[in-house]
Amino acid sequence: MKEEQSKEKVKKFGMVIDLDKCTGCGACMVACMAENNVPFKEDESKKLDSITWLRIYKLTNGKSFPDADICYLPRPCQHCGGKGDHGHSPCVSVCPATATDYNKETGIVSQIYTRCFGCRYCMAACPYHARYFNWWDPVWPDGMEKYLSPNVSVRMRGVVEKCSFCFHRYQLAMDKAYYEGRREIEETEYQTACTQSCPANAIAFGDLNNSGHAVYELKKDKNAFRLLERLQTNPKVYYLSSREWVRRAGDNYLKDEKK
Amino acid sequence: MSTPDDKTKGVSAETGGEEAVASFKGVDEKEQGEGPGGFIVLFFIIGFVASLIIGWVIFPKLLYSQKRQPVDFNHVLHVETVDNGCESCHIFREDGSYAGVPKLAQCADCHQEVQGDSPQEKIFVEEYVAKEKEVPWLVYSKQPDCVFFSHTVHVKLAGMDCVTCHGPIGESTSLKPYEENRLTGYSRDIWGKSMTGIKKNSWDRMKMDDCAECHEKETGRKSSVQTDKDACFVCHK
Ligand code: SF4
Ligand code: SF4
Repeated sequence: MKEEQSKEKVKKFGMVIDLDKCTGCGACMVACMAENNVPFKEDESKKLDSITWLRIYKLTNGKSFPDADICYLPRPCQHCGGKGDHGHSPCVSVCPATATDYNKETGIVSQIYTRCFGCRYCMAACPYHARYFNWWDPVWPDGMEKYLSPNVSVRMRGVVEKCSFCFHRYQLAMDKAYYEGRREIEETEYQTACTQSCPANAIAFGDLNNSGHAVYELKKDKNAFRLLERLQTNPKVYYLSSREWVRRAGDNYLKDEKK
Repeated sequence: MSTPDDKTKGVSAETGGEEAVASFKGVDEKEQGEGPGGFIVLFFIIGFVASLIIGWVIFPKLLYSQKRQPVDFNHVLHVETVDNGCESCHIFREDGSYAGVPKLAQCADCHQEVQGDSPQEKIFVEEYVAKEKEVPWLVYSKQPDCVFFSHTVHVKLAGMDCVTCHGPIGESTSLKPYEENRLTGYSRDIWGKSMTGIKKNSWDRMKMDDCAECHEKETGRKSSVQTDKDACFVCHK
């Protein structure tokens, strides 16, 4: 009985992104960079060097006019639960420094920059390319240090960073709740920066275990899928698309393979 | 055919001979008394003591620079005049965040003009209140940038006493010197006074292990997959 109760309280924060709504405008990417003090480079087109916690990919169906179709796919860290959802996500399993960790209470995969020594095993392990290495110390344009958020620590050269589902927002929301004598927060109190910035309302964020949250129903949609599902990484980011070719693009199917 | 064998035999015989001579010499020395051996022991002891003194006394002195606070604050005097203890000045904000050291405006509520005859108050009023300049207080317990610490959780939810982490600072009549680590820039209160790391009071040190130790004891949470202790994203940001 007791165990059941504690199980109920376990949260599993996740996202449902509606690809039919996403226009690829990139507002979420900008919001993410500003929110999380993500360093940027003079030449952001150099993708080996640039850091984007949330990156938008452009998918095409490979056909020519008039059947050509494109789809934009925003990709944050998928906060993989690993096989059986025990928290052994690919990156957590390989980190020799205990610098990345799975939190069983929230389902969030953390990255502790001061702990990471930059071996980049996790980058090799992550099937979603969600992790980025700091080849250089961040250089902020003059005066921009003053705009950095004090809620997210800045990174230095030689460490790996990735999307945290704006975990600091959870910490702050919980603080407010505790101050008011509550022990739980409402769905609206903890939302990621990308979710709030999306003008098309394509991103929904919440507790996948909580039936009161929008994502709880959305993830059960018949058009819902996850990326590379067959690897059993158990991502907490779901995608919705009414288009069959987009859903198929979520995994590596052989040409003649039936889904 | 037999030459290599012979050679090795010869070599081993020679070394064997040398060893024998050496050990014979050793016996000889011992028999002749403590002479050079005693010196070696003496040098070792002198060197050992010297490095201990350098490591435990001189190095910590060099490592930390001492700074005085801009104004010497008397906690006893203030605690006597307020009704809500520490929280009268070190307030919580409505959004659950914690204000820490009071801002000038808060102090100026009472100290618009010099009230007593303390020279420190005079400095405070003339140098800071009159000029509307914030006091650059040195915060003994300031943690590195990567640390997320919630006063609300510890004080409001867990009902902890300020003394548990900060010590009996409310009973002090003057502020101790601020010792800054020249290498890291952090306050000495983080590492603790004792170089050995021995802790007599709960507030002697504020390193990650100290936080983790208490979290393990008090919360018993095992939400971290990596460590089977409390998760990293509890105190880190
Ligand atoms: S998406 Fe990559 S970085 Fe994120 S939890 Fe999964 S393996 Fe780790
Ligand atoms: S790069 Fe850092 S986080 Fe990644 S595996 Fe190595 S130590 Fe761990």
